[in-house]
Amino acid sequence: MIHTFSGWGHHVVLDVESGAVHLADELSLALLPHIRLPMAPDCPPAVARAAGADPAEADEAWRELYTLYKQGLLFAPAAELTPPTGRLKALCLHVSHDCDLRCGYCFAHAGDYGGARVTMDFDTARTAVDLLVRLSGARRNLEIDFFGGEPLLALDTVRRTVEYARAHEAEWGGKHFRFTLTTNGLGLDDETIDFLNREMDNVVLSLDGRPGVHDALRRTAAGEGSYEKVLPGIRALVERRDRDYYVRGTFTARNPDFADDALYLASLGFKHLSMEPVVLPEGHPLALREEHLPAVFAAYDRLAGALRGESGVSFFHFRVDLTQGPCVYKRLRGCGAGFEYAAVTPEGDLYPCHQFVGREAYRMGSVREGRLDPAVAARFAALTVSNKPSCRDCWAKYFCSGGCAAAALNMTGALDGRYALGCEMQKKRLECAILTAVDRMAGEAPAEARP
Amino acid sequence: MKHIRTISGATLKQSASGGGCGECQTSCQSACKTSCTVANQRCEQKKKD
Repeated sequence: MIHTFSGWGHHVVLDVESGAVHLADELSLALLPHIRLPMAPDCPPAVARAAGADPAEADEAWRELYTLYKQGLLFAPAAELTPPTGRLKALCLHVSHDCDLRCGYCFAHAGDYGGARVTMDFDTARTAVDLLVRLSGARRNLEIDFFGGEPLLALDTVRRTVEYARAHEAEWGGKHFRFTLTTNGLGLDDETIDFLNREMDNVVLSLDGRPGVHDALRRTAAGEGSYEKVLPGIRALVERRDRDYYVRGTFTARNPDFADDALYLASLGFKHLSMEPVVLPEGHPLALREEHLPAVFAAYDRLAGALRGESGVSFFHFRVDLTQGPCVYKRLRGCGAGFEYAAVTPEGDLYPCHQFVGREAYRMGSVREGRLDPAVAARFAALTVSNKPSCRDCWAKYFCSGGCAAAALNMTGALDGRYALGCEMQKKRLECAILTAVDRMAGEAPAEARP
Repeated sequence: MKHIRTISGATLKQSASGGGCGECQTSCQSACKTSCTVANQRCEQKKKD
């Protein structure tokens, strides 16, 4: 299977199963749709005529394509791969089911996940860490994301959990913890910033972009906009940070032109950005709908164009490294929710990920029971791109790895359903990402080819 | 070649030989939390290079 698309003066040919990426000229691009497998070594005269090409020239291009075909770099067959059994390696600790904001699009019902506003005590967090260590087996790198609600409302638990895990890394056979924290920025005082910059491998900072866009939906419990309240802390953290961070926004039906929000954030000096499409049920006034796709696609194009070359700004979804990316086994099965990754509620209940919290059918037990429900884990482990009918023949399958199971369930009612709108946005993001990488690798494109 | 230029080779096919060590980052722990993109993660083995 191949996928072709064009932009910035490049004709990109992705060979899906081998992972090879080529740049084609107009003639070879015109010949590709006429290739039938097994590929003939010579260009059929009818194909040259159909492509409107000189027969000798068409044959020359065809032979080049044939060479790639024989090398396994074009129309490579799908390999039968079985992903290794997953082991738990990452936890999303919901240290707080409480939040000091009331965002209009929050999937967690303004932080409480539809339940009581509570925080996680250290004993529960410690039991969760112990479970992670035990179930991870020989895995060395373990991840803990402090999440909420707003995790800074349970800062004491965060601090003690980090201290506990770090103190025992050697004793646990050389485990290495990577901590991340996602915050709305309200609680970022100097001491907290120092702690986060010292201990967190990555900090995700929620900021939606232009002040008006941010304030329309990210409001305090008193109903006020939060932009002016969070920006100073977020800025201070980033200025003093020498490790990974992302300033992360959410875009909704109100701002399908979110490129302007991303570029606004870049104008504030933030270098690592992410803008995520909101996931809300159909019918919600903020939900993205098919009618928004042209504007969303235009925004991705505009953003990719603006960040082209040496902008110094990286956009999370455009950051695809064609040579150093994850192996094919990783790509068969997405994020690992339910078997490599689990969420823990303040009470210690386990769910496949943060987005499943509160869905009783997907509860996987408690950290005190010392295991992940094997029946639920097996359902998630089986969600490979080879098993999902809608993914098997999709060119993007090794890039998105089947996408988000929670989004599929929320939007289609099935874990292996196809959330069509999400897929279309994902494919557009990936084309921008591949084009960005190809453009960099191919060298500077002619000025007249710039969008 | 004159008509088609390979920018990146059979990276996926080559990666199949390693068997998958599982040490890489969980994709949802990075920045998105809602819209999974696996291909923008890095291979933990290649990070060491």
